[in-house]
Amino acid sequence: MIKKRIIPCLDVKDGRVVKGVNFIGLRDIGDPVELAKRYNEEGADELVFLDISKTQEGHDLMIDVIRDTAKELFIPLTIGGGVSSVGDIRQLLGAGADKVSINSAALRDPGLIKTAADVFGSQCICIAIDVKYDAVKADYFVFTHGGSKDTGIRAFEWIEQCAALGAGELLITSMDHDGVKQGFNTVFLKQAKELVDIPIIASGGAGDPGHFIELFRETDVSAGLAASIFHNREVDIEDLKYKLQDEGFEVRLI
Amino acid sequence: MIGIVDYSLGNIQNVKNALDKLGYPYLLSSEQSELESCDTVILPGVGHFGNAMQAIESLGIKDTLLEIAGSKRIIGICLGMQLLFESSSEGNREGLGLLKGHVRRMDTPFTIPHLGWNTLDSGYKSLDGRDVYFIHSYMVTEAEDVIATSGYGTDVPAIVQKDSIIGIQFHPEKSGAAGLEILKNAIEGGF
Repeated sequence: MIKKRIIPCLDVKDGRVVKGVNFIGLRDIGDPVELAKRYNEEGADELVFLDISKTQEGHDLMIDVIRDTAKELFIPLTIGGGVSSVGDIRQLLGAGADKVSINSAALRDPGLIKTAADVFGSQCICIAIDVKYDAVKADYFVFTHGGSKDTGIRAFEWIEQCAALGAGELLITSMDHDGVKQGFNTVFLKQAKELVDIPIIASGGAGDPGHFIELFRETDVSAGLAASIFHNREVDIEDLKYKLQDEGFEVRLI
Repeated sequence: MIGIVDYSLGNIQNVKNALDKLGYPYLLSSEQSELESCDTVILPGVGHFGNAMQAIESLGIKDTLLEIAGSKRIIGICLGMQLLFESSSEGNREGLGLLKGHVRRMDTPFTIPHLGWNTLDSGYKSLDGRDVYFIHSYMVTEAEDVIATSGYGTDVPAIVQKDSIIGIQFHPEKSGAAGLEILKNAIEGGF
């Protein structure tokens, strides 16, 4: 049976891994290639790099980072951040990415999902969705720009549409839970997974191993993603996987 | 020398990276004379069976592969493994026919694609219990030469081997240390 995946996420800006503190005052965490090697050794099942550079130079640096990382990393690598065209996807896959994650560009032009899936295959097209709860409307909505911009699109509708257009996987971040370390949004994720057959990577809210156990117990998502708790070793990936195994979940142990 | 068959489909960068890591020299080619100069030929592939066969036929690679199949080791990876068989329902097309069996969309109660890390079941000690990375929606059926499977609501053929022909359904170049070891064993003479 397929294992539950544990995925560290690296925010990369101008060729360096950074950690945003409430999206301002980026803190330098280190070299992406070195960090990727560390995670490879610690048993991460996959890595996600999010390019948060705003400049063209930043994107060129990202290609170098992917190339250098792919030479040392023999686990799947997903690249996201500013991916907006078939040309972008071709460039990233050519540099050694296994999947690309598309966010805002898919919202601007949902047809891109279908085109990308037709050209490259669904298996390498992951759609990233940032979700926030609106208490007044009692519903979840899709946000962009790090959670600052409301698209007005209902999250459940968008999730179904992405799957119907040929997305191979969804990376869903609960903006309400992100950075709070109080656990994943299992209520939303459970409902989301019931709507679609494709794998979901859950993001936002992981603070300790118990949150991953809760995630996999309460929902049928395929993977849990986190950033800083792995970077600063608050949670050790190998230890996390043994804890998951003790709870009866199938995980990959190296 | 290892020859990677170049038919301009699929991502071969990571296969090259894996061969670099393992220390094998390789060339990338669609020319018969160049592939004939290699001891081992790797047929990579990601994507659509029908499109891949069309590219392979139009570049004349099909004839080349059939000619060298008796004398060279051929290793098909992912879609490259599926191409070794007689036919596929993906694009309703004939394959290379080097191995007996047909490729069909997976019949499983679970989510398709079969995506992620799964465990090999095999009578071979070097393979049994290893976790490897799969990503595919079609699988080989009615195959005779399966030496490792993986359970996903059905027994998914994961490695096939017949004489000098080896097919690997998962991505050894993306399966960590276990994957590199399996790729090395395939290149060094099989299982």
